[in-house]
Amino acid sequence: MAATATREEIESRVFKALEEFGAESDQIGPDAEFEAMDVDSLDLVELAQIVEDEYGVQLKGEDMEDVKTVRQAVDLVMSKLG
Amino acid sequence: MGAMNGRPEGSALVTGGSRGIGAAIAKSLAREGWPVGVNYRSDSESAEAVVEEITGAGGRAKALQGDISDPETADRLFKALEDEFGPVLVLVNNAGVRADGLSPQIDDEDWAKVIDTNLSAAFRLTRRALRPMIRARYGRVVNIASIVGQRANPGQANYAASKAGLVAMTKTVAAEVARRGVTVNAVAPGLIETDMTEGIAENLLEHVPARRPGTPEDVAECVRFLASDGAGYVTGVCLTVDGGLTA
Repeated sequence: MAATATREEIESRVFKALEEFGAESDQIGPDAEFEAMDVDSLDLVELAQIVEDEYGVQLKGEDMEDVKTVRQAVDLVMSKLG
Repeated sequence: MGAMNGRPEGSALVTGGSRGIGAAIAKSLAREGWPVGVNYRSDSESAEAVVEEITGAGGRAKALQGDISDPETADRLFKALEDEFGPVLVLVNNAGVRADGLSPQIDDEDWAKVIDTNLSAAFRLTRRALRPMIRARYGRVVNIASIVGQRANPGQANYAASKAGLVAMTKTVAAEVARRGVTVNAVAPGLIETDMTEGIAENLLEHVPARRPGTPEDVAECVRFLASDGAGYVTGVCLTVDGGLTA
């Protein structure tokens, strides 16, 4: 299940999750910062969980520390997918 | 049976549910309409009796063998319930062990055994429970602590430390997940008449203002409330049920 996801699919899944967390849709974009969208640490934990459930990629707390934008999050998932 | 009130469909897991306080909690949650996983370590006969009583009264329940001090057990218990009854939205960490002795005589094994089961296993089960609860925006975790976490009872340094730790864990996790509609609370029973408290009752009873030991049902009623839809704004508390002993 892991290797088939494209960059676009992952990005749109992240966008969907952000909307679920309450981010305004006009604020959501690849370079939007999580902090500016009021996405907090628990939201990021849930995002990591969604990614793990749907793409089989495990994101640890330390992996997420430097992730500030959607693009960085997608980069991280892509790098884990190899 | 459909969802009651505003709560979603799901199930409840009670660890150590075959006897005493755990059995009373399992029956009480079943009466509230939850399908209940009755976890037990060794007493399958008692666990099956609890399940039979619940199903006989029109509820749903399943006996689930598993030693929670084994790190593999949590996931297995959750998967079994998820497959049959849907996501676990109520977790009651009730299973506990005692290995009493005055501190100079508590060896490493007796210390570790009590901390592993009463505290570390409760954390592992809670961690496993939170994921689906956070996704569901609904969850109730109730940890069964003890008044000896608050008030000295010589001979139980390991047990007291595990229960005080459980209350501290309860408060921290409660604060972490409150904004997802997940509550985490503790219930601290005082002197309750069960197999587990046999032999320690006499010296304590004279200090109980209610002049009687508590029953498993007294504790189950508190858990029932904390697990209810209506208790959604109660989180991070430790509800003492001790007939006034620590008042």
